Amino acid sequence: MNYFVIVDVTLREGIADPEGATIERALPALGFTGVTNVHAGKSFRLTVDAPSEAEALERATSLAERLLSNPVIEDSVARLG
Amino acid sequence: MTRIGVVIFPGSNCEYDALAGVTELGATADFVWHTETDLSGYDGIILPGGFAHGDYLRPGALARFSPVMDAIARFSADGGAVLGICNGFQVLTEAGLLPGALQKNRGLTFVCQPTTLIVGSTRSVLTAAATRGQELVVPINHFSGAYTCSDETLAELERDDRIVLRYKDNPNGSRADIAGVANAAGNVVGLMPHPERAMSTLLGSADGRILLTSFVTATVTTS
Repeated sequence: MNYFVIVDVTLREGIADPEGATIERALPALGFTGVTNVHAGKSFRLTVDAPSEAEALERATSLAERLLSNPVIEDSVARLG
Repeated sequence: MTRIGVVIFPGSNCEYDALAGVTELGATADFVWHTETDLSGYDGIILPGGFAHGDYLRPGALARFSPVMDAIARFSADGGAVLGICNGFQVLTEAGLLPGALQKNRGLTFVCQPTTLIVGSTRSVLTAAATRGQELVVPINHFSGAYTCSDETLAELERDDRIVLRYKDNPNGSRADIAGVANAAGNVVGLMPHPERAMSTLLGSADGRILLTSFVTATVTTS
């Protein structure tokens, strides 16, 4: 069975996010006000062939921790797409 | 004569400079393709700068899975001298052979300039020939060079005297001005600056010779 999984990778709390900060600073110039706490991250879309939803998520979580993210500075979350 | 292997990943681009640097200092050196699994016969290994595997995902993230990395882990566990320069430093942190991580520079600025480094520790294969507090001018050339680590790791690095080089004027937002760190034994070192590009006063600085001389000498004593 194929499961579509989305893995989000974001910088951990307290780790500097120069991309997010730069985007946030640019927003007022475009007329977007009142937008704060902008954080940049990555999103990966995967198709996982697994016997169950739980196992598909487990595999995606495992590969996210091993490859898609660097646990020293990033958190990852796998969810069904 | 000491023999040094310079690893080439697809996308490495400083391998000839590194090879020329250690050769000029009296070592024999040759290239090691990233699929190599046998490092017997080498006294030291250098991971050069560049963009291993295109730096896709994160710098070093894919390179750490190259077959040569398992061999380097064994080589370093046996006490072999390993030096990661710039992208090579990023690869060593991703592989878990050095602590911390290299993030995008503060202000998202690509930095390419000479920097003044301060030798923080001489307990490493890269700094044994230097003196603590010595200032060295060595160029940097990177986008993801901001050294980052947890509070615990920083405390451990400071306590164990493993911060081998610090920037005098922090150019990239590195935590605690860190430019280079060593593992606990001092035989694995990574740094963002390029000592192999500071081999001659004609090219701006010869201070890289002090660092690479340490490394070449260390490989003699560990082999």
